[in-house]
Amino acid sequence: MTSAHVIASEVRAGTRRATDVLEDFLGRVATHDGDVHAFNTVTAEQARAAAAAIDAAAEGGRDPGPLAGVPVAFKDNLCTRGVATTCSSRMLEGWQPPYDATVVQAMTAAGAVMIGKTNLDEFAMGSSTEHSAFGPTRNPYDLARVPGGSSGGSAAAVAAGFAPLALGSDTGGSIRQPASLCGIVGIKPTYGRVSRYGLVAFASSFDQIGPFATDVADAALALDVISGHDPADSTSIPAAVPDFEAALARGVEGLRVGVVSELTGSGRNGAATGGPAPGDAAGEVLDGIDADVTERVLEAADALADAGATVGRVSVPAVTYGLTAYYLIAPAEASSNLARYDGTRYGLRVEGADVEEMNRLTRRAGFGDEVKARIMLGTFALSAGYYDAYYGKAQRVRMLTRRDFDAAYADFDVLLSPTSPCVAFRFGERADPMTMYRCDTCTIPSNLSGDPAMSVPFGTGAEGLPVGVQVMAPALGEETMLTVAAALERAAPPLPKPPLAAVTGSTGAGR
Amino acid sequence: MSTDQVAHVARLARIELTSDEIEHYTGHLGRVLEHARQLEDLDLDDVPPLAHPYPLRNVFRDDVESSPVDRDEVLSQAPAASGGQFEVPPVLGAEA
Amino acid sequence: MTAGWETVVGLEVHVELATDTKLFSAAPSRFGDEPNTNVTPVCLGLPGSLPVLNRRAVELAMAVGLALNCEIRPSVFHRKNYFYPDMPKDYQVSQYDQPICSDGWLDVPGGSRVGIERAHLEEDAGKTTHLGGADGRIHGAVGALVDYNRAGTPLLEIVSRPDIGSAAEASAYVEELRAILLTLGASDARLEEGSMRVDANISVRPAGSDELRTRCEVKNLNSLRSLRNAIDYEAQRHIELYAAGDAPVQETRHWSEDGRTHSLRSKEEADDYRYFPEPDLVPLAPDDEWVDEVRAAMPELPASQRARLHECGTEPEDAQIIVGRGLAPVVLGAVEAGADAKRTVTHAVQNLALDGAELLGIDHLASLVQMETSGQLTATQAKAVLGIMCERAAAGTADPAAIAAELGFEAMAADELEALVDQAIADNPEAWEKFCAGEAKVAGVFVGAVMKATRGQADGQAVTQLLVQRRDA
Ligand SMILES: [Mg+2]
Ligand SMILES: [Zn+2]
Repeated sequence: MTSAHVIASEVRAGTRRATDVLEDFLGRVATHDGDVHAFNTVTAEQARAAAAAIDAAAEGGRDPGPLAGVPVAFKDNLCTRGVATTCSSRMLEGWQPPYDATVVQAMTAAGAVMIGKTNLDEFAMGSSTEHSAFGPTRNPYDLARVPGGSSGGSAAAVAAGFAPLALGSDTGGSIRQPASLCGIVGIKPTYGRVSRYGLVAFASSFDQIGPFATDVADAALALDVISGHDPADSTSIPAAVPDFEAALARGVEGLRVGVVSELTGSGRNGAATGGPAPGDAAGEVLDGIDADVTERVLEAADALADAGATVGRVSVPAVTYGLTAYYLIAPAEASSNLARYDGTRYGLRVEGADVEEMNRLTRRAGFGDEVKARIMLGTFALSAGYYDAYYGKAQRVRMLTRRDFDAAYADFDVLLSPTSPCVAFRFGERADPMTMYRCDTCTIPSNLSGDPAMSVPFGTGAEGLPVGVQVMAPALGEETMLTVAAALERAAPPLPKPPLAAVTGSTGAGR
Repeated sequence: MSTDQVAHVARLARIELTSDEIEHYTGHLGRVLEHARQLEDLDLDDVPPLAHPYPLRNVFRDDVESSPVDRDEVLSQAPAASGGQFEVPPVLGAEA
Repeated sequence: MTAGWETVVGLEVHVELATDTKLFSAAPSRFGDEPNTNVTPVCLGLPGSLPVLNRRAVELAMAVGLALNCEIRPSVFHRKNYFYPDMPKDYQVSQYDQPICSDGWLDVPGGSRVGIERAHLEEDAGKTTHLGGADGRIHGAVGALVDYNRAGTPLLEIVSRPDIGSAAEASAYVEELRAILLTLGASDARLEEGSMRVDANISVRPAGSDELRTRCEVKNLNSLRSLRNAIDYEAQRHIELYAAGDAPVQETRHWSEDGRTHSLRSKEEADDYRYFPEPDLVPLAPDDEWVDEVRAAMPELPASQRARLHECGTEPEDAQIIVGRGLAPVVLGAVEAGADAKRTVTHAVQNLALDGAELLGIDHLASLVQMETSGQLTATQAKAVLGIMCERAAAGTADPAAIAAELGFEAMAADELEALVDQAIADNPEAWEKFCAGEAKVAGVFVGAVMKATRGQADGQAVTQLLVQRRDA
């Protein structure tokens, strides 16, 4: 597989045509997406036109941009003008937005070529992509297992070599967890770093768009392109965007790395004990985090210590309550965000005798089980008499989380934990809602605080499946996070490519 | 959470449910809310609520027009339209 | 009012703010255009669209708040969740428990001081047209059409305390509020056209008590007359219920043109809006500097305008008319520039119920009045010139001298007028004898003759002066 960096530099240099690059990837999609089902829509014709335009620009001496000719897959909850944007829901099946999301504009302006729209858990509610109205996506490492979710289609597309880059959205871990399960890199930037304009909202105060890539450098390149202030998003941060790629080569010497006690046991060997342990490091380890995953995190911490970082353990007590707070606030926001799907203006309508009946029947038919459950949960959490006990209390836990992270970042530059408590699981294995929700235990705290976090592959766990390590940083601390992620990538044991990618013939130029 | 509460919430959320489905969601929501009881013991009276993860204030736009969206493009996506407007079934329970 | 009872009224007034674009979207906030043409993805609640607050709307809200003696406070937008087809997102974004303006008051002319509980910003809904169904009412309708042009128009909801004691006082409150809004340029505040909407919370109590009994909220008050009639009707209804040993129930009622209020069937979820902070918007926290800037840019308010008009001899009713038409700045300005106060006020009251009058330049009005008092123009001519001045006021080309010249209103030479007066005396010897004998009334004969000869261009006052000169000579 070729990286986005290599493709872009070759297309910019005129040594390779965007059209040829595209056909290679389209060929792989045609061969394997029947098995993987990463895509809801493959936009081959549009992509061919876009690639031809890139080639024409390059031939005409104009720079097509930093992502020249790089195929990119967009999660199907990012608005693309004239191209179906379904959120993997019957509710929006066939809906064609009249506008592009800001990130779609940014990627296109940088020369990227949209290859298709990827599958997700309906309206991004899930951790396995099993809750898509159009059938699940399969993990390229093992087609009997889930790719994670909700951005499972984007993660699987990159892991299967269908595109070097993809964008997803992360509300409670929906970029990082599937990246972890698919053995690739996934970044959730600081809330507000990337514009949400054109991202179909799930939970507005958590949603954040970010990139998937096969390596940290490509992920940083994509992050460079999509970051920055957008006046169309009131929650967009008006801060300068640093050169993320420049952060990759910096060493970790002198950086202070905290392993989050509540999310990381002490392991078989009691590893990661080097360095000081400031603060209260006595937090109790949460249940349900697999031993093999914990081992990899501890090995990653050791690798950073070897590379010159100061490693210690740190307690972030509020993470214990993160899951609960999240599963009250996010459904509350969702219940309101998804009210607009009422059969009036766009999407599905089931006729009724009056508007109210039309609304009820449309929403019954248009939403899947998990979406209905969360809408009702959120409606309940906001309803008269329950607001203070549920939504209100959860908002206070959110503040608690903010404070605990602030305290941790007073002593450490970055924090380390597992991304997912387990490796990719089998379809149907986590049917109970709470069991499924626990997939997000390690990722949710950074959504509550709004801080950046990412997943980097670091070895394998059970059945040789990929394990991801989560690197967390304070708000706008993406550079340090990337520095540490690049160091982990250099130290990581080689990860076998997914069987799919391995059997894919390499016929195109440049590979 | 009782089946009555689930039925009430489904009405508020405008989702038609059969009695079997109400049973199902009573179980589903009940399991999540059971977990939420962990917050009951937490004394957070001194902790203010946090609504926004990043503390921005006073974000505005100037009062300047931009071009509207194309009506035909939007109405072509509507379930029913007539005379440049969105068409819906009769609205009950309010005044014209 | 039935003896022994007093009426208690609180008013909720929604006004459309006079911005160019909507509260959260850059779509034009204009009316009368083709349906669904002034909409962006935000106005339609399209998936993925996000609101961004209009700075001008906030400044207008702050100005109104300051004019109502409110505190300007940090504020947070909330979502009010309910389903209705003309609500594109099925929630309304509104300031809920932290409004931008709170705790002020308004002095009603000739009435009392009415407390202002709050004034908050919120977005308007679209417009639903019900199809079929007798007389446009919902019952029996076969469907409805929705136009989102109005969706997202900025509204300021101004909520008074229940300090209003009568229909007349309520009416005066609304008039004064309207004058303030017009003066600030915050809204065109037209009740009949819906850019100002008044809901009245009405209850009664035994005279002299300060209890607050069950109130009913009455909607659909499209004129001051409806407001007054609805208050009287509703108060009487409450009194009769109490007299019968019954009591009103708290509810929303609809005023209909048959002169009654009637109950609206309450929606099942009506009392559970599930308010929560709007996560797509950030808090609004005007600092002192900004508040001071807005305050400094505010024009003189109606109460002060009226006081100054009184000082230059204007009757209260005339002052009210001038302020109501937004003419106080130009009238007071012209008087300050030396124009005769009485003439200026007379014009403003009698001849300036015209569009564009409020745009007249101070210098232009002042020189018109001076031309008239110096005899260059007759009163009739001045009125004609004023009419054209109003038409041209917006363009700034309302110079009265130029317009008078265009109309051929040349000032008549003194000897020419004298000759005409002498001719009129000669033609009407009997009338002249009567005039000389002290019958002032017959002056009309000569004035009429001169007017006839000049096709109305002579100055009647000048003619009368000449007659007196000739008689006394
Ligand atoms: Mg109200
Ligand atoms: Zn209101």
